[in-house]
Amino acid sequence: MTEEVILRVKGLQTYFHTDEGIVKAVDGVSFDLRRGETLGIVGESGSGKSVTNLSIINMIPSPPGRIAGGEVEFMGTDLLKIPVKDLRAIRGNKISMIFQDPMTSLNPYLRISTQMVETIVLHQDLDKKAAKDKAIDMLKLAGIPAPEKRIDQYPHQFSGGMRQRVMIAMALSCNPEILIADEPTSALDVTIQAQILDIIRGLTAQTGTSVILITHSLGVVAGMCDTICVMYAGRIVERGPTGELFEAPKHPYTQGLIKSVPRLDKASGERLFSIRGQPPNVIDLPDCCPFYPRCDKAMDLCKRKYPASKDLGNGHAVSCWLYTEAK
Amino acid sequence: MPNNSGGNETLLDVKDLKMHFPIGRKGLIAGEQQYIYAVDGVDFKIRKGETLGLVGESGCGKSTTARAVAQLYRPTGGSVKLKGAELTTLKARDLIAARKNMQMVFQDPYASLNPRMTSGDIISEPMRIYSRKGLVQFSRKDMEERVEQLMERVGLSRFFRNRYPHEFSGGQRQRIGIARALALQPELILCDEPVSALDVSIQAQILNLFRDLQDEFGLTYLFIAHDLAVIEYISTRVAVMYLGIIAEISGSGDLYSKPLHPYTQALLSAAPIPDPKIEKERKRIILTGDVPSPDRLRPGCPFHDRCWKKMDKCQSQKPALKEAEPGHEVACFLYHD
Repeated sequence: MTEEVILRVKGLQTYFHTDEGIVKAVDGVSFDLRRGETLGIVGESGSGKSVTNLSIINMIPSPPGRIAGGEVEFMGTDLLKIPVKDLRAIRGNKISMIFQDPMTSLNPYLRISTQMVETIVLHQDLDKKAAKDKAIDMLKLAGIPAPEKRIDQYPHQFSGGMRQRVMIAMALSCNPEILIADEPTSALDVTIQAQILDIIRGLTAQTGTSVILITHSLGVVAGMCDTICVMYAGRIVERGPTGELFEAPKHPYTQGLIKSVPRLDKASGERLFSIRGQPPNVIDLPDCCPFYPRCDKAMDLCKRKYPASKDLGNGHAVSCWLYTEAK
Repeated sequence: MPNNSGGNETLLDVKDLKMHFPIGRKGLIAGEQQYIYAVDGVDFKIRKGETLGLVGESGCGKSTTARAVAQLYRPTGGSVKLKGAELTTLKARDLIAARKNMQMVFQDPYASLNPRMTSGDIISEPMRIYSRKGLVQFSRKDMEERVEQLMERVGLSRFFRNRYPHEFSGGQRQRIGIARALALQPELILCDEPVSALDVSIQAQILNLFRDLQDEFGLTYLFIAHDLAVIEYISTRVAVMYLGIIAEISGSGDLYSKPLHPYTQALLSAAPIPDPKIEKERKRIILTGDVPSPDRLRPGCPFHDRCWKKMDKCQSQKPALKEAEPGHEVACFLYHD
């Protein structure tokens, strides 16, 4: 990992206009991604993890979605301001994505070769023959046995884990600067999950690709990421280096989240900690800390104003009134 | 791992349970009938008051086992005894009476509640059905009281009884499903992945609810999950399933501290632990390949093609589930012949 910042997201706001009101799915998210870094975004369903990452490559369905504000600076250009034509040259080439469900992200009517060659020919100066060779190489790297035969098969002939390998091979075939992996292993079994994470870790380390890993599993980020952002109700409530965040979490939500996961290595008859209440509805959320109704340390101030992010040094920052001075 | 070790009385006794689903014939004319061998010879006992965790990967037959126990599928073979009474041979009418003592909680809190019924009606439905058949006596007023009691007990306000499922969150819906399962005061509850669809913070709430209810009502659970840490937290004993059989079964603490079957070892080493220090230093056993399809009977150990400790006989002979240490059974030739 270098110090060079490759992607800078600043004050990103993505809103959805619905009949019930404005859903502020992402509301003021900022983070930096450095070259070669693996950044984890954790949070529960509806916290805005996926919307953040779809916003980065400007793929929010509009309407009802709208990027209401913020900047996404990728190697000096703001991706939210450039024309779609230029964006297309970046998507799948410089920034590529893998999704949760490997079945719906492959076209069931087309052979794997067709789908992979299409991507490679579009972005690289190769003819079809060379592109297919490249695709076979990538499949081999992603751990698909007999890739020269498998490449001419259809997606249904692959198992879930194998399909996810194809997605990884495809996503990395253009040597992207950034790989966005949105819950890449959530649909897979643990033994297959271990295989897939191993491949993502190995291949991106070889090529120096930066990774944004979105997941709800604290176990997965603990083993994969250099830095972690914790999201709650559309905001990043805490961000920090992995070791520090697990050892000394500052935000009451992060603390609660870590404590509420049952752990294999710490078996005891003790009762599991649980955060009370439900995650908030993000429709017409007032400008308070969204976590205060569930927080044990809530103060009067928490109900009135959202705390600004407080830098604790060493890349650790938290948005909580316990650490931020009221102005 | 809960402390309660359960009594000595066996509540559920499952022997050589088999569930084969027919999937049509091979070839055009009078071909051989093909089957999916979802569960192929499963033995276990659950003592009163304990929780047996059933863990394994997708398609290993966990849910099919629970459904075959509940007689939602009539098993192809084997025996299921609840409090000594055989269920597999019961006629439909007698089965209903027997099931009063055995209720289910399902994985998907969206699909398992009727969207056109209020939460109160959903919870009282078992009481209404059994009253109509004359198997229990509940007056209308009793029923209303019991619904309110149950709702408060599982952590829902009784003022929500006229609301419909779509007005509740996933965690709240799961609470409705649990209240419904408790309505007839069963001894055994079959929980089929009841926390898999829930977020971490809600999952912890529901797991604690299951434990509290067990303490309060002396319930016995068959608890299915694919998350090993969840299973360890909730279970007294754990059975690890692979491709339709039980590979290993033992006390929960024993299984996690000393897994014997190579598959259990791989499964435990693959499960991520939310601690970066441990994750960095751990040696993982990364299995090659996928779980094979259960569409044909294989000679030999079902795990042999992915096993890194396989021997010659693993390909031709099937290891039986036998005790390797007191209370710790394993189906593997490494431990017995």
